[in-house]
Amino acid sequence: MNIHEYQAKELLAKHGVVTPGGDVCETPEQARAVAAKRFAEGYKRVIVKSQVHAGGRGSGTFKNGFKGGVHFCVNPAEVYSVAKKMLGQVLVTKQTGPEGRLVRKVLVYGALANDSESYVAVVLDRATSLPVMMVCKEGGMDIEEVAARNPGAILTEVIDPVVGLMPYQARNLALALGMNGPLLGPAVKLLMGVYRTWWECEATLVEINPLHIVEYVNGGQILMAVDGKINLDDNALYRHPELQELRDFDEEDPLEAEASYYNLSYIKLDGNIACLVNGAGLAMATMDVIKYYGGQPANFLDVGGGASGDQVLAAFKIITSDPNVKAILVNIFGGIMRCDIIAKGIVAAVREHKLELPLVVRLEGNNVELARRILRESGLKLIEARSMAEAAEKVVQVAGGLPVAAGPGRG
Amino acid sequence: MAILINEDTKVLVQGITGTFGAQHTRLSLAYGTRIVGGITPGRGGQWFDDQVPIFNNVAEAVRETQANASVIFVPPAYAADAILEGVQADLELVVCITEGIPVRDMIQVKRAMRGRRTRLIGPNCPGIVTPGRGVDSHGGCRIGISPGYIHKKGHIGVVSRSGTLTYEAVWQLTQRGVGQSTCVGIGGDPVHGTTHLDVVKMFNEDPDTHGIIMIGEIGGTSEEEAAAWIKDHCKKPVAAFVAGATAPPGRRMGHAGAIISGGKGTAAAKIEAFKAAGIAVAPTPSHIAETLLKLM
Repeated sequence: MNIHEYQAKELLAKHGVVTPGGDVCETPEQARAVAAKRFAEGYKRVIVKSQVHAGGRGSGTFKNGFKGGVHFCVNPAEVYSVAKKMLGQVLVTKQTGPEGRLVRKVLVYGALANDSESYVAVVLDRATSLPVMMVCKEGGMDIEEVAARNPGAILTEVIDPVVGLMPYQARNLALALGMNGPLLGPAVKLLMGVYRTWWECEATLVEINPLHIVEYVNGGQILMAVDGKINLDDNALYRHPELQELRDFDEEDPLEAEASYYNLSYIKLDGNIACLVNGAGLAMATMDVIKYYGGQPANFLDVGGGASGDQVLAAFKIITSDPNVKAILVNIFGGIMRCDIIAKGIVAAVREHKLELPLVVRLEGNNVELARRILRESGLKLIEARSMAEAAEKVVQVAGGLPVAAGPGRG
Repeated sequence: MAILINEDTKVLVQGITGTFGAQHTRLSLAYGTRIVGGITPGRGGQWFDDQVPIFNNVAEAVRETQANASVIFVPPAYAADAILEGVQADLELVVCITEGIPVRDMIQVKRAMRGRRTRLIGPNCPGIVTPGRGVDSHGGCRIGISPGYIHKKGHIGVVSRSGTLTYEAVWQLTQRGVGQSTCVGIGGDPVHGTTHLDVVKMFNEDPDTHGIIMIGEIGGTSEEEAAAWIKDHCKKPVAAFVAGATAPPGRRMGHAGAIISGGKGTAAAKIEAFKAAGIAVAPTPSHIAETLLKLM
């Protein structure tokens, strides 16, 4: 599960990581009011940041032409004007895809001058099944680009989950970031806080990019996590009800949100061939084989191992709610799942939703002969296929408006 | 011979009285698997289907039955506990079917398992099958949820992260009259007990395995690690398929471990690693068996 920058910063702050705080504003008037307070406190600049579940906001562009999802402003009027151009507008960044994201909230806080920008992250290292903390002196940029160009710039500490991130490890990382002298202590505290956030929230990723050394208004220096990104392990949310509350349905595709309600694994894509499959590996392979034969999948959908009639009905409704869909491919390998149950579910769904779209069905496995009879006797116009390759070829042809033999061909 | 399990393996079922555990215990028994005990805390002393004794804990079950393996059908919140109980009882093999275990639990499990003798397969996996000589390959050992009838006794080793995609490949082989030595599902989670490479090494040493099929998906580097070893050490022909060439980055594709993060774990990278290692890559899932058989 993804959460907003302002939520990530709140979690980090709870675990001892210094952040700039800030106010979440939903109208330009609110933003101006918050800014006025900050300027009165002595801040020379106030920053306005679009809150969407995607990175690359600073270099993004709004569909209304306004450039940049992050802006520094020097007075409340400018804050008002910037917020007005962001709120209710769609921001397109490298990570949102061309359709962009609607900005409903902006984060507003006083900005301080900073000396440097560093990068800190905690992730699971899949090769060792251990947490690792990575730091890099070149923050504020695309870390993947740095990793590719100059991997030596990234320092990593492998963490033993029995003891967590040790202070000596945090010192190594802090020194690698150039935080010697009076900043060493605060750096260690901050890094330990970042790991603690990752561990206690059961995150898959905690990323601070950038970490700033800022000049405080009274002349001192402190370390601050100026941007925070946290992804949470979906499997652990059941035991973190307070984190479940952070879910923002507005940031999710409505069809995907509906699918999760039915315990269906669904991801919307760009194409015009809808898929309904049992098993994640088989579902990915189905998307792949459609592409192989020149088609474009409209979605990933895994109905899971024990799909009920209701789930099959819901699955059909969801995949055909996508207006781009021109044809449907059902690919089921009935291992324990009985093919006749799926066949009955298909017939019920087509009738219930009055589906007119061309439907290619490939069933194999448990009770498959009974299933094929049920489909034949239903009188529905279905196109049968025996292998995944045949199913993909047929559905691509029919989605392209070409005629196709209804009966099965080669296996 | 086969690997990991055979018709003599004595199996315990942790979670035998749950709906899922019960259903698959019955199917495994019908297949010919030697299920010698079940564990449901609080029901020790009772019997499952008048056939299998139920115990309160794994240690007692092992003492009474000399079981050497267990399969776990326990809900996600309790599965890590079940795994460690099996490890503590010094079982040779623990196969965890459960999907949805929190990553942090599995990080702790793997750390706690260090130095112990138990091999963990999974979690979030369909299990292992060593097919038997009987009708529909009965008489072998089926641990987990794979359909028994799709298998056939023979000499191809199959190792996969997937469930139904594996059945697809196995069924293709069986339909061509080509049997399997052992089929191992290593599961779809990011933290797992056994990797592709672990299983490939076992197949490499198994006189009964003459060819290997490896099925992977996006996320992690398990496939690349196996490919690098295969290049220099594997004596047997290997064919592979990787699912997720069309998956968008950053999205979790069903399996918790099927995600392209930070640019890493793409299908393209895995396919490139396979080709560099001399592994034949199936162009579509329908060509998996054919791709291996061309090499043999």
